[in-house]
Amino acid sequence: MYQDSMYQVGKMSDYIVEMKNISKSFPGVRALSNVNLSVKKGEVHALVGENGAGKSTLIKILTGAYQKDEGTIVFDGKEVDVKDPHFSKNIGIHAVYQDITLAMHLSVGENFFLGELPMSSPFTVDWKKVYSTANDVLASLDLKIDPHMLVRNLPVAKQEMVAIAKAIYEKSKLMIFDEPTALLTNEESEELFKIIARLKSEGIGIIYISHRLEEVFRFCDAVTILKDGRYVATMPTKDTNEDELISLMVGRKIEEMYYFEHHNEPEVVLSVRNLTKKKVFQGIHFDLHKGEILGMFGLVGSGRTDIVLSIFGATKYDEGSISFFGKPANVRKPREAIELGFGLVPENRRTQGLALPLSVKININLLQYKKISHFGIVIDRNRELSNAKSFIQELSIKTPSEDAIVRNLSGGNQQKVVIGKCLANQPKIMIFDEPTLGIDVGSKEEIYTLLEKLTKTGTSVIFISSYLPEVIGVSDRIVVISEGRQMGIIDRNEATEERIMKLASGIEENSAKIESEAV
Amino acid sequence: MKAHQPVEQDSKEKKRFKLKTEGTLVLLLLVLAVFLTIFTRGFLTGNNLSNLVRQTAINGIVALGMTFVVISGGIDLSVGSVVGFAGILVALLMKSGVPIGLAVLASISISFLLGVANGFMVFDGRIPPFIATLGSMSIIRGAIMLISRARMIAGLPKPFLDFAQTTYLGLPALFVVWLVLILFTIFLTKKTPFGRNVYTIGSNLEVARLSGINIRFTTYMIYGLSGLMAGIAGILMTSRLANGIPTGGQGYEMDAIASCVIGGASLSGAEGTILGTVLGAVIIATLRNGGNLLGIDPFILQIVNGVIIVAAVYIDQYRKAHQK
Ligand SMILES: Nc1ncnc2c1ncn2[C@@H]1O[C@H](COP(=O)(O)OP(=O)(O)OP(=O)(O)O)[C@@H](O)[C@H]1O
Ligand SMILES: [Mg+2]
Repeated sequence: MYQDSMYQVGKMSDYIVEMKNISKSFPGVRALSNVNLSVKKGEVHALVGENGAGKSTLIKILTGAYQKDEGTIVFDGKEVDVKDPHFSKNIGIHAVYQDITLAMHLSVGENFFLGELPMSSPFTVDWKKVYSTANDVLASLDLKIDPHMLVRNLPVAKQEMVAIAKAIYEKSKLMIFDEPTALLTNEESEELFKIIARLKSEGIGIIYISHRLEEVFRFCDAVTILKDGRYVATMPTKDTNEDELISLMVGRKIEEMYYFEHHNEPEVVLSVRNLTKKKVFQGIHFDLHKGEILGMFGLVGSGRTDIVLSIFGATKYDEGSISFFGKPANVRKPREAIELGFGLVPENRRTQGLALPLSVKININLLQYKKISHFGIVIDRNRELSNAKSFIQELSIKTPSEDAIVRNLSGGNQQKVVIGKCLANQPKIMIFDEPTLGIDVGSKEEIYTLLEKLTKTGTSVIFISSYLPEVIGVSDRIVVISEGRQMGIIDRNEATEERIMKLASGIEENSAKIESEAV
Repeated sequence: MKAHQPVEQDSKEKKRFKLKTEGTLVLLLLVLAVFLTIFTRGFLTGNNLSNLVRQTAINGIVALGMTFVVISGGIDLSVGSVVGFAGILVALLMKSGVPIGLAVLASISISFLLGVANGFMVFDGRIPPFIATLGSMSIIRGAIMLISRARMIAGLPKPFLDFAQTTYLGLPALFVVWLVLILFTIFLTKKTPFGRNVYTIGSNLEVARLSGINIRFTTYMIYGLSGLMAGIAGILMTSRLANGIPTGGQGYEMDAIASCVIGGASLSGAEGTILGTVLGAVIIATLRNGGNLLGIDPFILQIVNGVIIVAAVYIDQYRKAHQK
């Protein structure tokens, strides 16, 4: 359908990598069939497609993390057989994966030199050099991270910046970013875009995977689209537009994403009064109404996640009170919250949401086993299975079967499993913490439709997102948080990006704060 | 969005793969049995087999409890001591005139509580399972020596001693007990919320917590179950040996862990099945029995045992890495 003739005018040697007719199968899944991807030197090449389209698999083949079944890879003019990640590193391919792959228990500095620590004598490590080099690299990228810190003590966004810094330090000819901005703040994303521009000017080829199409059009030169493991097209970005990309990816048009009916009713379901946790957040104060979607916006690190974790009973708070349908809800454990009717889709699916080595079926039923057991003891296998099947279908989770291990699903599909797990429990209050991270456009639309459906049946929603258009688009009201303080509550018809950003960055403390106090 | 074409083969393929893990073990066992039948005179005799089955049953019961601990990502080094403790306690109680039934019940209950105490240390004390149970292994063994003055306890009631020798439907009673417990633990792992929770805790504690799983209760039950099984094994051991023996059960923890691991359980949690553990236990016992019959130096046998453990895990890892 789409000719890339114009695009192929360049000489062979213009390409840093050419992947031709790549195929790859996993048990029961044909992840890729005859996929092509060619990237020029000094080009930022976007790779887009729905969840499970095969993007991550394609780049893992390029880095040697997986072995291709068929196809050829030409790198820098020579055909190569990428047999393992070590090989790809040596020829100059570096990737920042969707799931951060750092040694969590080692320091930032050590992570820069994994496997090849500089030595000061044949038996001793040159720690000075380790930390000073790491420090220089981090400083050159304007990152304020102490190289002595253990990686696991850094927030995820910082961990990712470390992974990026490390990849850059390793001097590559081809850099791959798999959904890098999913975990970053706007500022950090801007930093990353600057870094990418610099790499590009140095003639390095870049593969950039993202579900955020505005990024694709902002700084990518060309885009390759995959659908269901098949190659669809490659085009220069200037010759296409968002609508066309979406219809190529999803196979249909997506209309106004955020348009849906709101079902806000006056009854108060949850009231949070003066909730305070020392040094983390102070004076959080709001009501949640039946069927309402209450957005919560703040920059990453503003304390939003801690606030909802406190409401959910997963972390302690020092002061304040929470009541549920007018009765004090003294929730001290997630279990109690779940029994009351709370559901939480946590921020980090891999460490908080999913039992990765277990099956899709078990994960979806995780909150329910007591309920779906005879006498609470013997699991009703039929209900277990039908539960799993219905959510796999309702959320269109792409999985070979309900018995597939969750670890093997694509990132976006893992996220959908977490959502299914919470919904299966039919909560009265759903808390979504960044639910659309790493989710493709089509599925995002489905999640918004789901919000409509939930609120229609009287479920109330707290919706955290760092993506401003999304918060504004879905929320009835928006609580804005800055550095742990509630800066105001804004009504949907007064919400503008500018106004919210001002509050969120702490520049302006709105009269809305007083208004919220009066609630 | 359109439904993605599901590929049906996968679940079948997975079942076939699972069969492979346990199938390999069955195969190994068959080879072993055929070899021993051909090369020894004594292996395929009723006497030897019933002896083999009795010994396997005792170690096998301990391994059943251990399986839960291992799946939950922990380890229980105290089971050998609990076996010894229950064995001595039941003997002492009966000697002091407590009716058999009551003595057995009391010993089992106390073994369960010893396990729960391990669970308490692990959950409430946040002591790593290895350390917590290393401690209780030593504490309990010390207690055995104290209460028995390190002496054998003989002269136990006849009906109690007879139990180890009786048969039901031609099967040794010990074996029947093991069978019942196998069915019970398979039921627990496969059919109950408790079983699911054990796997979930083994895959990620934080996920389990945020999913509202009662981790404290589940941890108590996991270690309690391990203690319970060890207690039952200890009582059976005393019946079989006709004496309460202070050093009884020493080293049983290693056999139990080895059974789990040979059976495909992973010490990092969330993997393992009862059936695998049972096969693991049978393989270890057959090897030991066969070695004796062949007149192999027991020290060499110990070496072979170690090699089998390492080899079994290596094969399992290799297969996992190369599954297609
Ligand atoms: N190790 C694996 N074992 C089995 N199946 C796998 C494995 N890795 C990926 N898959 C399957 O291959 C397909 C493609 O997955 P991939 O991770 O490449 O998708 P993706 O395009 O990166 O999606 P996302 O946007 O959600 O990250 C999916 O159906 C996934 O379930
Ligand atoms: Mg991916």
